[in-house]
Amino acid sequence: MNTFKLDRREFLTLTGVAGGGLLLGCSTSGNAPQAMFIKSDQPQKLNVFVSIRPDNRVDIINHRSEMGQGAKTGVVQIIADELDVDWEKINVIQGLGDRAYGDQNTDGSTSIRKFYTKLREVGASARAMLEQAAADYWQVDKSQVQAKQHKVFNLANGYSLNYGDLAELAANQPVPNVASLTFKSKEQFNYIQKPVPIVDLHDMTTGNTTYGIDVELKGLLIASIERCPVLYGRVKSFDASAAKAIPGVVDVINMPATVKPVVYTSGSGVAVIATNTWAANQGRKALKIDWDYGVNKDFDSDSAFADMANKAQNPAKRSAEKGDITAGFAKADQIIEATYQVPFLAHAPMEPPAAAALVTDTSCEIWAATQNPQAVMDNVAGIVGLKPEQIKVNVTLLGGGFGRKSKADFVAEAVYLSKQMGKPIKVVWTREDDIQMGYFHAGAVAHIKAGLDKRANITAWQQRSVMPSIKTTFDPSTEDMLDVELSLGFNDIPYQVESLQSESSGYQNPVRIGWLRSVSNIPHAFALHSFVDELAQSKGIATHKYLRQLYAQDRMINPAEDYGFKGYTNYDESLQRHPISIKRYKAVLDKLEQLVDFDEKLPAGQAWGLAIHRSFVSYVGVASKVEVKNGQLKVLQTQAVIDCGIAVNPDRVHAQIEGAMIFGLSLALMGRIDIKQGAVSQSNFHDYPLLRMQQCPQLAVEIIQSDEYPGGVGEPGVPPVAPSLTNAIFAASGKRYRVLPINQYLSV
Amino acid sequence: MELKINKQTYQVDAPDEMPLLWVVRDLLGKKGTKFGCGQGLCGACTVHVNGQPMRSCITPVMVAKGAEITTIEGVDAQGNHPIQVAWRENNVPQCGYCQSGQIMSALNLLKNNTSPSDQDIDNAMSGNICRCGTYPRIKQAIKDAASAMQQNKGVK
Repeated sequence: MNTFKLDRREFLTLTGVAGGGLLLGCSTSGNAPQAMFIKSDQPQKLNVFVSIRPDNRVDIINHRSEMGQGAKTGVVQIIADELDVDWEKINVIQGLGDRAYGDQNTDGSTSIRKFYTKLREVGASARAMLEQAAADYWQVDKSQVQAKQHKVFNLANGYSLNYGDLAELAANQPVPNVASLTFKSKEQFNYIQKPVPIVDLHDMTTGNTTYGIDVELKGLLIASIERCPVLYGRVKSFDASAAKAIPGVVDVINMPATVKPVVYTSGSGVAVIATNTWAANQGRKALKIDWDYGVNKDFDSDSAFADMANKAQNPAKRSAEKGDITAGFAKADQIIEATYQVPFLAHAPMEPPAAAALVTDTSCEIWAATQNPQAVMDNVAGIVGLKPEQIKVNVTLLGGGFGRKSKADFVAEAVYLSKQMGKPIKVVWTREDDIQMGYFHAGAVAHIKAGLDKRANITAWQQRSVMPSIKTTFDPSTEDMLDVELSLGFNDIPYQVESLQSESSGYQNPVRIGWLRSVSNIPHAFALHSFVDELAQSKGIATHKYLRQLYAQDRMINPAEDYGFKGYTNYDESLQRHPISIKRYKAVLDKLEQLVDFDEKLPAGQAWGLAIHRSFVSYVGVASKVEVKNGQLKVLQTQAVIDCGIAVNPDRVHAQIEGAMIFGLSLALMGRIDIKQGAVSQSNFHDYPLLRMQQCPQLAVEIIQSDEYPGGVGEPGVPPVAPSLTNAIFAASGKRYRVLPINQYLSV
Repeated sequence: MELKINKQTYQVDAPDEMPLLWVVRDLLGKKGTKFGCGQGLCGACTVHVNGQPMRSCITPVMVAKGAEITTIEGVDAQGNHPIQVAWRENNVPQCGYCQSGQIMSALNLLKNNTSPSDQDIDNAMSGNICRCGTYPRIKQAIKDAASAMQQNKGVK
């Protein structure tokens, strides 16, 4: 979990946007612009994100990791719009790991929502410096000049200067105060809210992009590591003679034993170093390792689920309460309860974890497919005996991330091995490594019990969530779930309830638990939206109509005030900027009802189901249409609606929601990691399947037009998918599936 | 051993059983072909050998000896094959990692079927996994490329 956060003032100081700056005297006499401006062939830095080159090209830094979500393009769109540059003249530069950029941990669907305002300030500040430079040159007041599309115009006479000509003069301007900056109106946007194609689009169609696995360095060696399959197990002894006999194998190195807590440390194992990946993998197969599997060798995920299900039936730690639940149940006309379960899940990005490192006595440089370069710096500093800021982290493109590549264990491996070998080393994980050595999404159980009056209003709502907390990875003694986990679709429910009681329990287990695209929202949304559908069905009310009843009047939900949940985190946003708005939930429902005829008479075995969920401060509704026939499930159609506030790049919002539907279907239909005798049972795409094209429904996505602050986009599409699907299956077949995945009941 | 890749000849020193994938990537430095699973399950490593799509991660290099091998880098020097153009016009890629393999599979489909149905596309592309979920756009891009290729033929 990220701990490094800059407040706005620190950010602006570090990025030079609000810094003092020195006003340097400069001649504004009648020199020709060429003689005046072109003094250097170096880019002129206006702030840490923006430099302008004398040839008129502009370097803009993207400080976030690009893993398919489009941040690399979105970040640049925001800066470029306020800077008012010609898109064709931008060099997009991937920022190194550097705290000067603020938070670089690319998770939590934060790149746009947490930086939208700041990056507009970055662009507007640089534009103001260019305008001031031109005003100085023409000896007019700044109000007499205006920047537009890579030029600054003199409003009095229509003359203009290119940004490139102004670069050096602008770089010497004082950095303006934020209060003095002017911002574009929505109507003036050139790039924001436009479907700008992604920066790497052409290279991605020609095979010219570089991911972590593609890094090449002079003298680079490849490492493949056989790791202990049981957490906290260790190598007793090993025989490397056969491995060393394989042509191409250079060395075999014993990795340091896994330390507790595991955090992002490299684990126990034996690394084979070779001149190519094949030789390294062959050498690895030839190793003979005698393992001490340690105390976790009998851990079994089925037993863990039995324990968690038991905990879910019994009183646990209370985190939220409203009214008198006993009275609520006493007056209820009907009481319904149900228990739901979601398995452990692996991220399975198409590019398995990969990182290269070159460690010398005095330096450490890294090239990694990482979602979090600053965590890499913190994580490896101790291995090489340097300060974090002395570690140079180059962030490559990521072939998918989904949370897996926030964890820097694979980078620690490369750094350790390079230090041992004194040579550049690239660690390449196999698919089996990726599936079996994950930071898994927590297996989870939730139990909900509700009392309904005659009109199906909820008189009492009791809910329990049980799962191993992410914190167990960092502190194995953690007994409870974290407030942040209880804030993800649990203690923020949008439905009208007369009384409520929330309880939760952590679960200690020898599994590295991590965050996976939308995190605890997955089990919480599955339980919540399945259960509401069960309530509607039990009363014979169409679910879309029942949702409207439960949303009740427009209002803002405040979990602290409404449910007594003091720990609500709201995705690290204020409730003022990003409220929980019932009106916005209802607008998503309205839109879904316009797009889907929920009351349509369908052939036998076909039906629609729906779920609407707010996460990462965006609202997503999903309607799924399925056919269940002869034990075979076919997902025919999926309609999604998203309200993410301002959609900075509408095409990427579409793409992310399309992708989230498919990600959600993969997990709902087929996602399951089992652990037997301490080790993961699944190993590759044959037993950890992902959705394939022939399973993909007809997909449609609608974005609600909005002027609200941008919300998250990468994750919020995932949570409503599974419940919309199981609700549809129930409507189509009368079968309620409360334990995922679906392929244990139906062919998919 | 001699290999013909994208109409160029290369001498490589590799054991017969080394998969073509690692020869292309590690020995010849062509990184456009991707590793995804190592078992022929995901299609990220798809290349053409004598015009047939092959999963290079499970194809021993000896099988490709003397054959015409095409990788993503050999589809079109400027990236202007109608499939690549259609991929860009539909903004298909997200992370982009699997797209080399997707394009190589699509190339084979359209070589054998000039106007594929949805079913044909599903069948031809079902061996290629995209974790980001670009399937709907891949399908549309294949249809667009098919019509573009038909029109080009008409002009000629």
